[in-house]
Amino acid sequence: MSKPLISVRGLTKKFDDFTAVDGINFDVAKGESFGLLGPNGAGKSTTMRILSATSTRTSGTVEILDKDPEKFGPLVRAHLGVVPQQDNLDGELTVSENLFIYGRYFGLSKKFINGKIEELLEFAQLEEKRDVKVEALSGGMKRRLTIARGLVSEPDILLLDEPTTGLDPQARHILWDRLFRLKEQGVTLVLTTHFMDEAEQLCDRLVVMDKGAIMAEGSPQGLIKEYSSKEVLEVRFGSDRNKQVAPQLAQMCERMETLPDRLLMYTEDGEKLLERIAAANLHPTTSLVRRSSLEDVFLRLTGRTLIE
Amino acid sequence: MNTGIDVSRIERFGALYIAAARLKSMSKWKVIIAAVDIGNPLFYLIAVGIGIGVLVEKGSGTSGTSGIKYIAFIAPALLASSAIAAVMDETVFPTIEGFKWRKLFFAQNATPITGRQIALGVYLSALCRAISSVSIYYTLLIAFNVVEFGLSALLIPVAVLGGGAFGAIILYAAAKIEKDDQFFNILGRLVIMPMFLFSGTFFPLSSMPIYLQPIGWVSPLWHATELGREAAFDYGLSALMVGVHITYLSTLVILGITLAMSQFERRLAK
Ligand SMILES: Nc1ncnc2c1ncn2[C@@H]1O[C@H](COP(=O)(O)OP(=O)(O)OP(=O)(O)O)[C@@H](O)[C@H]1O
Ligand SMILES: [Mg+2]
Repeated sequence: MSKPLISVRGLTKKFDDFTAVDGINFDVAKGESFGLLGPNGAGKSTTMRILSATSTRTSGTVEILDKDPEKFGPLVRAHLGVVPQQDNLDGELTVSENLFIYGRYFGLSKKFINGKIEELLEFAQLEEKRDVKVEALSGGMKRRLTIARGLVSEPDILLLDEPTTGLDPQARHILWDRLFRLKEQGVTLVLTTHFMDEAEQLCDRLVVMDKGAIMAEGSPQGLIKEYSSKEVLEVRFGSDRNKQVAPQLAQMCERMETLPDRLLMYTEDGEKLLERIAAANLHPTTSLVRRSSLEDVFLRLTGRTLIE
Repeated sequence: MNTGIDVSRIERFGALYIAAARLKSMSKWKVIIAAVDIGNPLFYLIAVGIGIGVLVEKGSGTSGTSGIKYIAFIAPALLASSAIAAVMDETVFPTIEGFKWRKLFFAQNATPITGRQIALGVYLSALCRAISSVSIYYTLLIAFNVVEFGLSALLIPVAVLGGGAFGAIILYAAAKIEKDDQFFNILGRLVIMPMFLFSGTFFPLSSMPIYLQPIGWVSPLWHATELGREAAFDYGLSALMVGVHITYLSTLVILGITLAMSQFERRLAK
């Protein structure tokens, strides 16, 4: 395998005496789509800001394109496209002016940027808003513009911090498609998300983060295989009964998680398990058999759900 | 990476890209800025020229102001104040906004542009605004016959130097504060107002009690005003004092901008 594009070893970031990122390690290969999955406060954005060659680390090493981002900030950033979690567009300027000015920060020629703007407006589906002040855009439009802005310099690595938060389902799917196309063109993607479906759709490989540490690493399918069973049976007995029947049910499956409103039973065959439950004369008010997802992996690793 | 990206060029000219972007934002407010930059001097010239000046000269003639018409006496101070106000508008507000309200600096810093260049760019654009404000003011002074055109044109660089000295320090302060709730109040009422009143603006500093004079000595406004008076009319400043004023103001510029550049860098790297 060729040398990774991004290499992170023992990365730690402290804010005063609070440790936001706690000694994490990972590599990202060229052309890969790599995800950081984790709940609020896991340290995803902190990690992303360090990868974007702006925020400094407390300890550990980071190499991006063979360079330490703290020593070669401008040089590294010339290769990056950054989409921060919070849009930081210039509200007083129009959509196209925002793209233009950002392109100028990369020292790109006016001619090149003007051509690029057309392409990016199409990408972000904002052709009709080209001369509208950014203040007047909807939240989802701003998000799309921020993503488009990150592409103005034709980056080798695109860093996306929760790219689809605030987008409607249709816009999300369109964005997934566009990101997929960028990946096909050889752009390396690093993204954070707390949507499991997004991680499953977009990431070749991901790490599950919690409290600043990496809990597991692998492909979405690999993680599910390793940390969960093939199927999950979700049963509800009503909030009081759930606790009463839990010990008995736990005997009947590989593993069980008790959530406030339901019980998750991990098994290779959900329907068969449901039959056995009925045979034991326990009758859940509702039941659902589904495939295991990254949500289950996360629950297994941390004992908590990803989205409360 | 796009082949048109030349990082060494950005390392040299990045601050100018930022300044250009700031000027573009300012241009969105050009009508308001022009109204302020023309209206403010007009009000002063009318109020002082017709009102206060007449009153002062009725009372004591021009004996208190080295034999100079009152309005001409205070003109260099007004000019320097307007430079200070302009630089303040274009440093404090964009800085707090850039770090906190809209986080524009973080967007700029995600490109090859550095924090140091952002600081310098904001500062340069503020100086541009000061040059424009002061030039308008000076033109009005000539039009109203307050000063004679000639050597008095030096009033422009002198006022800009005064504004720049104050602005460099205030740029650092604005980058330093994280809680901005009371910043504008404190700045306006406890810094700007006393500076305006006690910098020999309306009467010579030497006519104030000695224990109040140090306010003037540290104030960029006083230094710029003294230099301006020397440029505008025969004020009799010694060469030594000219040197002291220029050195003091230049030192503030260098000190302030040095501190501001590293503070920008530090804060963006958090
Ligand atoms: N500038 C800062 N100063 C102090 N603490 C910070 C700072 N930035 C982040 N933190 C803390 O570090 C921890 C990780 O924050 P981070 O933003 O990286 O989480 P996240 O995984 O991106 O969460 P979310 O899903 O909510 O975006 C949090 O506890 C946060 O409060
Ligand atoms: Mg985050």
